[in-house]
Amino acid sequence: MIATANMQPSARAGVRAVIAIAATVVFWEVTSRFGEWTGVAIPMMNVIPPPSRVLLAWYNLIGDVGYWQSWYLSFLRVLAGFGVAMLLGIPFGMLLALSRTFYQITFPPFEVLRPIPPLAWVPAAILFWPTQELSIAFITFLGAFYTIVINVVGGARSIDSRYVQSAYAMGASRWTLFRRVIFPATLPSIIVGAAVGMGITWEVVVAAEMISGGGSSMGQGAGSGTGGGLGFFIWNSYTGGSYEQIVVGMISIGIAGYISSSAIRILGNLVAPWLKAR
Amino acid sequence: MQTSRYGMQVELALYRLKAWLKSPSPYLMLLGFALMIGFWWLSVEVWKLPRFAGMPGPTVVLREWLSPNPEFGLSIYTPEYYIHILTSLQRVLIAFALATLIGVPLGLIIGWSQTAREYIFPVLEMLRPIPALAWVPLAILMFSSSEGPVIFVTFLPAFFATALNSMLGVHSIDENYFRAASCLGAKRWQVFRHIVVPGSLPYIFTGLQISIGLAWFSLVAGEMISGEYGLGYVIYTSYTMVSYPTIVIGMITLGIVGYVSSALIRLVGMMLMRWHSRELGLDGL
Amino acid sequence: MTATARKVEQRALRGAIRIEDAVKIYGDPESGVVAVDHCSLECPPGEITMVVGPSGCGKTTLLNAIAGFHSLTSGKIYLDGELLCGPGRPKADPGPERIVVFQNGALFPWKTNLDNVIFGPVMQGTMSASEARDKARVLMAEAGLSSIVHEYPGQVSSGMRRRVEIVRALMNDPKVLLLDEPYRALDALTKSVMHESLLQTCYRNRVTVFFITHDLEEAIFLGDQVAIMTSRPCRTKKILKVDLPHPRDHHTRTTKRFRELMDETMETVHEEAQKAFELGEREG
Repeated sequence: MIATANMQPSARAGVRAVIAIAATVVFWEVTSRFGEWTGVAIPMMNVIPPPSRVLLAWYNLIGDVGYWQSWYLSFLRVLAGFGVAMLLGIPFGMLLALSRTFYQITFPPFEVLRPIPPLAWVPAAILFWPTQELSIAFITFLGAFYTIVINVVGGARSIDSRYVQSAYAMGASRWTLFRRVIFPATLPSIIVGAAVGMGITWEVVVAAEMISGGGSSMGQGAGSGTGGGLGFFIWNSYTGGSYEQIVVGMISIGIAGYISSSAIRILGNLVAPWLKAR
Repeated sequence: MQTSRYGMQVELALYRLKAWLKSPSPYLMLLGFALMIGFWWLSVEVWKLPRFAGMPGPTVVLREWLSPNPEFGLSIYTPEYYIHILTSLQRVLIAFALATLIGVPLGLIIGWSQTAREYIFPVLEMLRPIPALAWVPLAILMFSSSEGPVIFVTFLPAFFATALNSMLGVHSIDENYFRAASCLGAKRWQVFRHIVVPGSLPYIFTGLQISIGLAWFSLVAGEMISGEYGLGYVIYTSYTMVSYPTIVIGMITLGIVGYVSSALIRLVGMMLMRWHSRELGLDGL
Repeated sequence: MTATARKVEQRALRGAIRIEDAVKIYGDPESGVVAVDHCSLECPPGEITMVVGPSGCGKTTLLNAIAGFHSLTSGKIYLDGELLCGPGRPKADPGPERIVVFQNGALFPWKTNLDNVIFGPVMQGTMSASEARDKARVLMAEAGLSSIVHEYPGQVSSGMRRRVEIVRALMNDPKVLLLDEPYRALDALTKSVMHESLLQTCYRNRVTVFFITHDLEEAIFLGDQVAIMTSRPCRTKKILKVDLPHPRDHHTRTTKRFRELMDETMETVHEEAQKAFELGEREG
């Protein structure tokens, strides 16, 4: 496309973004407090705590160790589940793409299990794994695993066969071919799969924390030192009646998720710098 | 002309089916399923491996599922089974319909209009990272009904996925189509109707398939946390009531219903995008 | 003179393009990329002007300026004496009197060929849909495209797609037809048949044609005048009047006069191609 040294358009976009977000926050504050100010409560918005009170609650939480511990626990679970999903998912996906026989045997059962939402596995996981942490890790793993595998398979299969042919023509062995052609060519899909998988991981972790730490009796009495994490923090705030903290928790998870996805993207750019040139 | 083309397509499909049956594919596939179910059966019911012993095995599940008088209350013969399915289905459909009706137009608009995008997209991107289920407590506060929170939490991720993909769909349209349209004298709204909408359809339908998957994902969690009836609810209560085979029945049902809903969307997409025929063609669902 | 012939004669008098001192700089005026540098060119009405030059030299920029897709940094473009773009009005509005046929084709893949062809008049409201369809069928029949009327563009060959696109343009009775290397991706055999088909169409319609190509032979075969452009930044280097007789067919390529014209221009074109090669031009 045309390169513009003119900075106006992107600066303008930035300004508009700020305006839009500011307007949303103002809208939130006004509709939320409307009942207090005028006696007329706006149906759904009046139960949501206004941003001003949320900020205050957040400020108070900054000194609270428990709050940061929630961050730590959630991040730990996310990284564990995600890490295992990547460790198992990438090779599995590669194998699926590279060996026709393996694909034909393994992919159909894989596809059949895929529509079952990871959270539906929760009871099965609890029955199977000795500790609750392991069951949460398993569910987290499942969520990210499917996504990563699908993306890896897609990426490996769509490698232009001419790359492979020219490598062979230049005398590459199978291992060299894999290391120098197939793996780098699949990297973009791995990165995309990782980014999407990371998002799903957060969803699952939060849900698992809410279900097992809070919302149901499923979590009681299993394992040690369970519960905690940002999902549990939100649920706890709800049952404890500190509604501002609910919103703090939600925003915290949003930020945590965003940090994780950005980390993936940055890592991706480091590992596959040629993508930026596109 | 039209009928002969369909006739040819049917012939081609039959030919492909025969070729497939002659190849090792279907047998390897059976092998895969046999291995999976076999492993399940052996580990739970035959060898009774340590971790696996507490779980229900395939024969137990199958017997329960198909029994007219199920021990734990849920089989294909009991009406409750279908009530649960329909409840879940209804919730997903409402959430999905809302997500589509709001998400597609919004996505198209922010894809097409730079101004709209600069204002609206940042707000969406701020809200999107918050996992759908983190909204549950807030949703419970916001909605007085019991259905409200579940549908809302199901709606959210579907909406974001649909809107995002619709936006990407507009961006994917080759600029030359827009140029050609303006050469040919089309006005703005005509461009929207004749270029933007049809041109984005492939991406829109990819988005719809993703969002129905996300909808089921959130629905199950939502039902587990706060709901009455529904497949997620079934799975969760089966655990607490120690009716373990029902858990698996619930899971399998979820899998089937989820797959069918996704396949239906793909089918609708293929019908609407006949011009894409070469790519979508007769590949299986 | 019959009414049709009179109409054709009248058409031959419109669509004159005059590019005066066009300049296009991408980016900062001081340090940006100069795509077009004080380029002037005149395209007589009713004639085919071929614009030849190495890839990426800026010819497409000129076409885009005439079509109204881009603005000019400075300079003027006139259509039939009226200012299309110039000082105070850097960008023309795209419109049906200057229709572009794109390099990779821009037939809408989700409409049938017939619906594509009637798109212009129906959108502008100059004809009802059924009227447009009738006229479209006639034009497509003239171009030998009757069999694919109800097919989708994706189902027919690229050669046929180009022809449909040209018919789509001509449905609107444009003053100028702007062709951006439309036959670039076609094989040589298809190309030569397309050339003859295009000449017949142009002869029938006497529309002014502005045709970009990098193929000198194509240029001399099709053109009434050939403008040879320099490598980037684009400037008119040489204009050649092609006095080969009409109607032309594939035999024309082997005539002595054709070879003479090729010889006259070959050196010039090659010089510019060499320069572009050394600079490592990227395709526009």
